[in-house]
Amino acid sequence: MSARISASCFMSHVPAIGAAIDKGLGGEPYWQPLFEGIGPARRWIEDNPPDVVFLVYNDHGNAFSMQMIPTFALGMAETYQPADEGWGSRPVPIVEGHPELSAHIAQSVIPAGFDLTLVNEMTVDHGLTVPLSMMFDQPDEWPCKVVPLAINVVQHPAPTGRRCLELGKAVRAAIESYDEDLDVQIWGTGGMSHQLQGARAGLINAEFDHNFLERMINDPEGLADVPNVEYLREAGSEGVELVMWLVARGALADCNGGGSPTEVHRMYHVPASNTAVGQLILENA
Amino acid sequence: MAIEKPYLDIPGTTVFDADQARIGYHLNQMAMSLMHEENRKRFKADERAYLDEWPMTEDQKQAVIDRDFNRILDLGGNIYFVAKIGATDGQSYVEIVSSMTENDAAGHAEMLVNGGRPIEGNRYQHEWDARP
Repeated sequence: MSARISASCFMSHVPAIGAAIDKGLGGEPYWQPLFEGIGPARRWIEDNPPDVVFLVYNDHGNAFSMQMIPTFALGMAETYQPADEGWGSRPVPIVEGHPELSAHIAQSVIPAGFDLTLVNEMTVDHGLTVPLSMMFDQPDEWPCKVVPLAINVVQHPAPTGRRCLELGKAVRAAIESYDEDLDVQIWGTGGMSHQLQGARAGLINAEFDHNFLERMINDPEGLADVPNVEYLREAGSEGVELVMWLVARGALADCNGGGSPTEVHRMYHVPASNTAVGQLILENA
Repeated sequence: MAIEKPYLDIPGTTVFDADQARIGYHLNQMAMSLMHEENRKRFKADERAYLDEWPMTEDQKQAVIDRDFNRILDLGGNIYFVAKIGATDGQSYVEIVSSMTENDAAGHAEMLVNGGRPIEGNRYQHEWDARP
């Protein structure tokens, strides 16, 4: 038996959503529509529990300072502590890793041409823990292991969408050659449109976001060729986080000569704090 | 040959690239140091003395003291790092972000509830230059 990729999940990782979950604000008028919107994803994952999530996200100046800026940083650790981002650590469980799978992925993906940075000790910030909370709410411990892949989208140039999609294909090959009976989901997180800086802050581009969701499903290869400047201009300076979704997309069968995925969930909501929130689940063929 | 930077004509936006990161290295590392409670206490007790411990430019130090976040970004700051200055002040992200715009925090939040700042007219600097 080998590991298999059952689905890819895509979602924003807005810190305010994490704060709303931690403080139990989900029923308030501001938050109610968003939590109603992610309800189907929570019910879906109850029926489709992964053994491991390969979680693509970015650090926001918490685990990594400016001292080093790894473009692709793969977590190799047994555990990852939630970071204190300046407002105190989130009251969420410690994240349990899968170091054997991490080592296997490193030894498969690097020879395939993707020069990952391997990280044995790091904290994980809201980029990783908010998606877990969006899917699993407030468990005493997370119901799956996590292999984190932190991508630099803070200091430009960030990697291109094309590079991210191709990395996803290499990650797929790595996971599917791992000799353990594991259900693995790939999550791509960040976005959607938002800008946290400058006089243009507060930008939201719903048309761009809806088009992006549609192309994620039907045109990943074409989407991978969108240049980063288009994200910066159209989706805001922080909207470029969306390139990370392409890693999760590239891991699905249709990007690797197989059948098309099945859309089981799609939601979009504006706003959460400064950000447009999207969520999409594609079951692998 | 100069690196092509097609993002320089996005209005109201400072893209944090490797050149900005070079200019802002010590500024951002100073901000990163505020993740530690002990440093936050020292910063609050005497900002000027704390900033003087870092090889930052005078302009950078003054921009921090003024909490002029647009200026901080122009001088090489990155929002995720310099937001830790705002966090030290007890500010939320919306307060920090809105301080860079024409709106106060309440007006900024209201704009977002109403769908956010529209993309029309906000793609290119020449669109802003043509405003009356």
